[in-house]
Amino acid sequence: MPEDWAIAELAAAIDRAARQRLGRSLSIRTVDAGSCNGCELELNALNNVFYDIERFGVRFVASPRHADVLTVTGPVTKNMREALRRTYEAMPNPKWVVAIGDCARDGGCFAGSYAVLDGAHSVVPVDLHIPGCPPSPREILMGLLALIEQVNS
Amino acid sequence: MSGLADLVAEGMLVPYHAPWPRCTVQSSTWQRAIAGLVSVKMTLLGLWGETECVHMAVIEAATNTVAILSLPCPDGVYPSVGQAHPPAIRLERAILDLFGLVPVGLPDQRPWLDHGCWPESFPLNPPRTARRDSELYTFLPVEGGGLHQIAVGPVHAGIIEPGHFRFTANGEAVVRLEERLGYAHKGIESLMAGADLAGAAKLAGRVSGDSTVAYGWAFAMAAESALQLEIPARAIWLRALMAELERLANHLGDIGAICNDAAFPLLHAHFGALRERVLRAAVTAFGHRLMRDCIVPGGVSIDPGPDGVEAITALIASIGEQLPRLVETYDNTASLQDRTVSTGVLKPALATQYGAGGYIGRASGRSFDTRRTQPYAPYDQLAFEVPVLSEGDVDARVWIRIREVEQSLSLVKQMLSALPGGALVGSFADRTEPCEGAALVEGFRGDILVWLRLGGDGKVERCHLRDPSWFQWPLLEAAIENNIVADFPLCNKSFNCSYSGHDL
Ligand code: SF4
Repeated sequence: MPEDWAIAELAAAIDRAARQRLGRSLSIRTVDAGSCNGCELELNALNNVFYDIERFGVRFVASPRHADVLTVTGPVTKNMREALRRTYEAMPNPKWVVAIGDCARDGGCFAGSYAVLDGAHSVVPVDLHIPGCPPSPREILMGLLALIEQVNS
Repeated sequence: MSGLADLVAEGMLVPYHAPWPRCTVQSSTWQRAIAGLVSVKMTLLGLWGETECVHMAVIEAATNTVAILSLPCPDGVYPSVGQAHPPAIRLERAILDLFGLVPVGLPDQRPWLDHGCWPESFPLNPPRTARRDSELYTFLPVEGGGLHQIAVGPVHAGIIEPGHFRFTANGEAVVRLEERLGYAHKGIESLMAGADLAGAAKLAGRVSGDSTVAYGWAFAMAAESALQLEIPARAIWLRALMAELERLANHLGDIGAICNDAAFPLLHAHFGALRERVLRAAVTAFGHRLMRDCIVPGGVSIDPGPDGVEAITALIASIGEQLPRLVETYDNTASLQDRTVSTGVLKPALATQYGAGGYIGRASGRSFDTRRTQPYAPYDQLAFEVPVLSEGDVDARVWIRIREVEQSLSLVKQMLSALPGGALVGSFADRTEPCEGAALVEGFRGDILVWLRLGGDGKVERCHLRDPSWFQWPLLEAAIENNIVADFPLCNKSFNCSYSGHDL
């Protein structure tokens, strides 16, 4: 399938870039700050055998203390503000934040509600935004590559 | 005891409400409805608030009839349902949070969705000026020797939604689990109010991403009932096609994930690949991996065309070919069975009392499936079985999912061979009076209820969306009791309740 070739190339590119800057691997901690769970589905898909991002050194870790990158999904509900802030603060420097999906950019279609903060940037400094509702696994991979290249330059 | 028809007859019928009757009742009828719920002759489908009114949707077991009873409460109080019928407790706590309406007699009035972080209390009922002190939350007390507590969440180790679990354990055994939810509360119902149909449909499709088709359909169906719209046949069949693809994707993914939590990643890899294939067929046929926004009020927004039909045909053949081997592996792997059999048992009586929908109910003897019990087109023209088991353990929930995958494959095949031609969207008649509609749609997780009122301007005045998880989350607390803490992820995954759908 041509798409799978493209993904393999993309993942190899991430692999090279991640090695250069971050040593052996890129560790990601993800926080669902009130998503509809659509973005989580596609983040999870990165682990299926079609994408299998771990083989390229990108992996999701259980603790923020082990993470280089924080991915945030959802519009950031007020009820999740504190948990998101604490997760970010628990990460060691240097660290980067990627906002995943339209909600995490500016609240998406939930913007303006009494219960949301209209995007990840209102709590943590965002380095990159990957648009989509939800972005596909391929788009997330491309986004991560862009981040790593940004970090390298 | 009064039947549902008697209760409806006692009330005042509200005009322009479809397809089921809604009537305004007095407190005495409300109390009789509560008695009906307690006797399990009726099942609670939903309980929601409005300024100065509470609504209760019920279904009567003997007749399969549905009605909505509305109790005016101008003084801001109403007789608690949850006091006698525990499935209503969290719904009443949510109504109190959002509207400030007090369920008189409910012992547990702790906030539920309100974590003390919103600018004001009772956000859906702004005239109420009193502020509630909701910042300090106390968990229920636990007494006894040798107990310790474990607090988990709202941020979890894996890629899952936010929620808090407070375990009280004796050694390794869970003595009690108390859930605290609401972290994903986005205020969707407040955004719905005043939205036009298109905007509201988009919001409905984002209540729970894994069920975006089912929510889109339920919302559209409720709006179409209210507006008395005729939907073209092709659109109806395409909706069901998408709904079955969504069911397939979720069941396949979750069966794999359950096996993964039982330390058997091989099946996780295989089922994960099947799920990915479903999503890829979906993108070919409907332009979006999750098929979001493909159902619109009035019809559907996209036609799969010959390429889409071909992709789905190939998909069904390939899953049909691979599934038996994978199921055999599940059935014959002792280490896996050792983890899933007799783990996380949900007793049938509780499933019935709570009206637990989906595979959770059907693995615990409750045969309810909206497609069969309240059939809607095109399911009334299709052949399918509703699998039911009574063991109620993780294993039974896996088997229900396996059987439902088989049924969905057959349904998709039937639909592809009889897909009617024609238009994708029906025409909207002009309407100037307010109208109301409701719908019940079977998502992969269970029955989704949507109720709405449209104003004369065609905009949404009030819309309530009730996720199946409302009646499933509390049962996870019961199912985990006396299991070891280490089996929690497995039990939790076998339930797979929605956080976002519940928190709204
Ligand atoms: S961007 Fe879309 S998929 Fe992601 S959380 Fe928001 S609504 Fe859900």
